[in-house]
Order: sequence, then structure tokens, then C-alpha cells
Amino acid sequence: MNVLGLLRVALRALAVNKLRSALTMLGIIIGVAAVIVMIAVGGGAQARVEEQIRALGSNLLLILSGARTQSGVRLGVGSNYTLSEDDAIAINREIPEAIAAPALRGGAQVIWGNSNWATQIYGTTNHYFDVRQWQLADGRVFEPAELSGAGKVCIVGQTVVRQLFADANPIGQVIRIKRVPFTVIGVLENKGQSMMGTDQDDIIVVPIATARGRVLGSANLAKQRAVSTIWVKVADDLDTKAVEEQVRALLRQRHRLQADAEDDFSLRNLAEIMAAREASSRVLALLLAAVASVSLVVGGIGIMNIMLVSVTERTREIGLRMAVGARTRDILGQFLVEAVTLSLIGGLAGIAIGVGAAVAIAQVAGWRILLSPESVLLAVAFAFAIGVFFGFYPARKAANLNPVEALRFE
Amino acid sequence: MPENLIHTRELVKTYRVGDNDIRALAGVSVDIARGEFTCVMGPSGSGKSTFMNMLGCLDRPSSGEYVLGGRRVSELQGDELAEVRNRNIGFVFQTFNLLARTAAVENVELPLVYAGVPLRERRRRALEMLALVGLAERADHQPAQLSGGQQQRVAIARALVTQPLLILADEPTGALDSHTSLEIMALLQDLNLRGMTVVLVTHEADVARFARRLLRFRDGHVVEDEANARPEDAQAALATQKAAA
Repeated sequence: MNVLGLLRVALRALAVNKLRSALTMLGIIIGVAAVIVMIAVGGGAQARVEEQIRALGSNLLLILSGARTQSGVRLGVGSNYTLSEDDAIAINREIPEAIAAPALRGGAQVIWGNSNWATQIYGTTNHYFDVRQWQLADGRVFEPAELSGAGKVCIVGQTVVRQLFADANPIGQVIRIKRVPFTVIGVLENKGQSMMGTDQDDIIVVPIATARGRVLGSANLAKQRAVSTIWVKVADDLDTKAVEEQVRALLRQRHRLQADAEDDFSLRNLAEIMAAREASSRVLALLLAAVASVSLVVGGIGIMNIMLVSVTERTREIGLRMAVGARTRDILGQFLVEAVTLSLIGGLAGIAIGVGAAVAIAQVAGWRILLSPESVLLAVAFAFAIGVFFGFYPARKAANLNPVEALRFE
Repeated sequence: MPENLIHTRELVKTYRVGDNDIRALAGVSVDIARGEFTCVMGPSGSGKSTFMNMLGCLDRPSSGEYVLGGRRVSELQGDELAEVRNRNIGFVFQTFNLLARTAAVENVELPLVYAGVPLRERRRRALEMLALVGLAERADHQPAQLSGGQQQRVAIARALVTQPLLILADEPTGALDSHTSLEIMALLQDLNLRGMTVVLVTHEADVARFARRLLRFRDGHVVEDEANARPEDAQAALATQKAAA
């Protein structure tokens, strides 16, 4: 009998026990739906992490000033400004694969007209925008004269624009940072939250010399060119690990550290941290799908169970079919097609429900989901395989029946 | 002398039940010519059902030889036997064995499905057979909508549809009332008159009187093999019954 004929026989057999067929399919429906929802949610979480990596800028190294020990108390990273602007300049000069931006950081109250806002002040160079892959939404970057001459100009982030200027155009306005008037020359585009959840747009960028001299200057910065942080971007398609070692060697040499001395700075490979996060979110997504697929296997066992019952119930029919000339493969095919029909119809219903549930989750809970055609295809293939796998044993049992005994079966 | 349709020599079938070997057939040698109407009788356990299964190629003998239509089928197995059943043998059972919720015409088609006959052709042949048994206008009825006699007619149409060498009827009237039994016997007699070889298994002497030859089984042996020179005419018996009523 051909497949179409077998399919007709299977559909008729399944239609005889509609409720039973539907309940059997339910196992597969739930399994497939669960797999699809889990893959969609897991994929969404992964996509979010990947987006954060892109937002941060890939291939990013962060160098922090080292720890200072005061009367035996180790004060932690950044307690001593061991880095200087010259380190950044040296990196830019010696390592062509890297762009370095020195940065001084501090908080300050800013005032414009009647409004005021406490924000983060970043003293850095124009390299910072390249390193962070951060474009200007409006205005311009610093002029060389402004950088070297401690010009009183600033570039503001979106949060500052919103808090301070509301609807006014900030370009050309004069704001006061710690009572020093600054002219706004540019506006940064929206960057969003960092992966730690801090608002990256709550920032004002000023030339590093200006920051040192007029805003953040204090006794701490006795070393005149000290900076707290150097951001380093490694050119794309290059091994960040190798460049990281070059940077470390260069800094140790400049800081005249002995071979056995510890680094007096701390070098962090952000891309690596992000990659680890991505890997863990991928493992989570896989785990979710694996748990969901357990319910698919349970559904498959349900199919096997019902097919065994069906073979027993229809023993006489099998005997009759054998008597009128059905071969082993005809009977095997008949019950196999029946099992696969159950699992495939269940699978298709499961896809519909799974996609619906994933979309509902996205709408109601606001979670990010990612529905891929591959995951749907995978679910169908899985349902098919379950049907074949769990249908084979009952089908073989039917095909191996002895026709005499089958015909005599009560 | 024309070759016999059925030729068995020393057919033996033993079953193993627990630790004992049961000899269901203890060396049966029978020849049946084309066009015969043979009735197989015997008490239960006499081996008549086992003999029937052998003739129908549903089971294989433990030893001995069975030649059907010139082919040594005792040496075949599995799917080869299925093919012999499909092409050469038409079965009629006591309980009809029709597929439930399946139209009469589709039930008749079933053997042709396994023979690989295309849909249009098998529908035509099935309808032809239904007409032959007088059920042309019931082709679309499901078994549950048919009387016992009509169901058995559908089963006979199914047995005939592959144009087999032989009709094997196992207690075909066992589940029918006497009037319907006569009708079925009349149909089988009519088929026999047209040349079909019929082998009928029964334990009712009442049915056996319509056959032209009687094989009596006991303890796995054929103990009696007699010709009935003047078998009764089921059609006439039917008329008599009608007149009496």
C-alpha cells in the first residue's frame, strides 16, 4: 500500500477514537510548545546579551589604576593613580592595533538656568568616542586647541539633556559645572543601560586637561598627568588576548616594574567577560530546551502506550489484513504511519500554541523573544522522530503477529 | 487426468504446549480437484481447523508436502505466503471479519489494495463482485448497517475479488439463522457450479449435505472420505422453506 493509502487508513483509525487520539497528541503538543517557547525565550535572552556586547563595543580593554597600600592597608583598585595620560599616548604610539583613551572621572553638580542635576563628569580625549563606538547625535567633538588649552566646552549625554534642558536645544548653551561655565558643543547619541544596569547616558564629557584643572582637580592628583582609567579598543578581527599582553608589557616597562613585581594597574578584558556571559546565557537556553524536550519524550511514551493498546484492540483486523494478503511491511507501515500521524499533528498544533505562547509572553511580560524558523523546523523534525521511534515497537509487534492466532483472538 | 488443485502428502503439524507436543495433524494426504465442493467435518480438536489453516497458507506444516495449483507452497514462508493468500485464496469467516466503519465496497477492495491494483480498477472490480452477490445497491453501506447475511455476502465478494483458485469457508453459516444460512449455501453452490473450487469447514451436518464430497477428521487423521453423489440443492431447500412458512 502506498503512503497516501496508509495515511487515509491512519486518519480513519484515529478518527474512530477522537478523544483518545486528542489526549495522546496532547503530550506531543505540550512538549513541542514547551520546546518552542523555551528556545524563543532563551534565544531572546542571548540576543539581548549580544546586543549589550555590541553596545559596549567589542574588543574592549579597560585599564584601571592600581592598588595603594597605606600603613599595611591595601586600598583596592583605583586608590592610587598609577596611570598617566602619557601611558595612553604611548599605547597609541607603540601599539598600532590599539586605540587608547585616558579618562578622569568624577561627580559634579551641573546647573543650567533654573534646573540642576548631579551627574558624572568624564575628562578624556576624542579617542574616547572611537573606543566606545559612541557617535554624536548633534554638534561636534573637541578641537585640538580645546584639548590642549583646557577649553571650557563639554559634550552631554541624553539623560543630562533630558534632565537639564528638557525641550530646549542644548547646543551653544552655557552650563555651570562646579560654578565653572562650559559651552555645550555636542550631544551624544543614546547608549542605554550598561550590562551592570547603570545609565550610560548620564554623563558629561569634557577635555581631560579641563577636567583636571577646573572640575576634578584635587590634592589626590598631585601627579600632574595621572588618570584613573584608560580605555583601549583593539582593532576588529584581531586577537584581543595578544594585544592585551602587548599593552601589559608596555605599561610594566613604562612603570619600571621588576620581573617579579605585581602589576600596579589592573587590566580587564571586557569582551572576555561578555563572552563568558554570553556562554552562560547560551547554556541556560540549552538547559531550558533540554528540560522542555523531556516532556516531548513523555509525550512519545504516551504514543507508544496508545499504539500498543490499539494493536491489541485491532488484533483481529490485523489477522484479517494478513489473511487477504498484507505483507509484514504493509502492517508495519500502517501502524508506523498512524503513530507518526499522531505525533506530527500534535507537533503542528504544538508549534501553533508554542508560537502563540511565546508572542504572548513577549507582549505580557515584556520579555525579549527570538522565534527562528530553525527552531520550528527542529520541533517538527523532533516530533517526527518521536513518532517513528515510539511507534516502531508497537508496529513491529503488530507486523510479527501470527495470522492464525490473530484471527482467533477474542 | 487433470492435475489436482490441492495435493497434500503426509501433512503433519505439531504444537508445543508446555512440555507436551500436541499433534494437530498426524499425516494428512488429500487431493482435491478443480471445481470440487468439499466439506470438512469433525469434532473440535480433530484437526480440521489446523488443516484449514494449512490449506489457507496461514500456517506452515511441521512436515509433509502441500502443492497448490502446481506450486509447492509448503516450502514458502512469510511474505511469500502472504502473496499466495492474496492471489490464490479467498477466505470466508464465521464472524465475517469486515472492517468496521468502512464501506462495503472498500471492504471488498481490500485484497486488491495489497495486490497493488490502482484505485479506479479495484473500485470497478469490487462493484462487479458486489453485484454478483446481489448487493450492488449497498456498496456504500458500512457493516453495521447491513444484516448478518448481507455482511457474509460482502465477505464472499471480498473472497472472490482477486479471482482466487479456491474459496476457503470456515463455518460461514455459524453466526446466521437457518434461512440466511440456506441463502449463503445457495450462493456458494452457485459459485461452485460456475467452476469455483470451494472447501467448507463446518461441524453442522445440516450444512454438509450441500457438498459433493465429505472429509471427516478425527485426532489429526482423515477417517472418512466419501463422495456425495446427490448433494442437496440449497436453492430448492430455500423454496421449500418458504412454502412451509
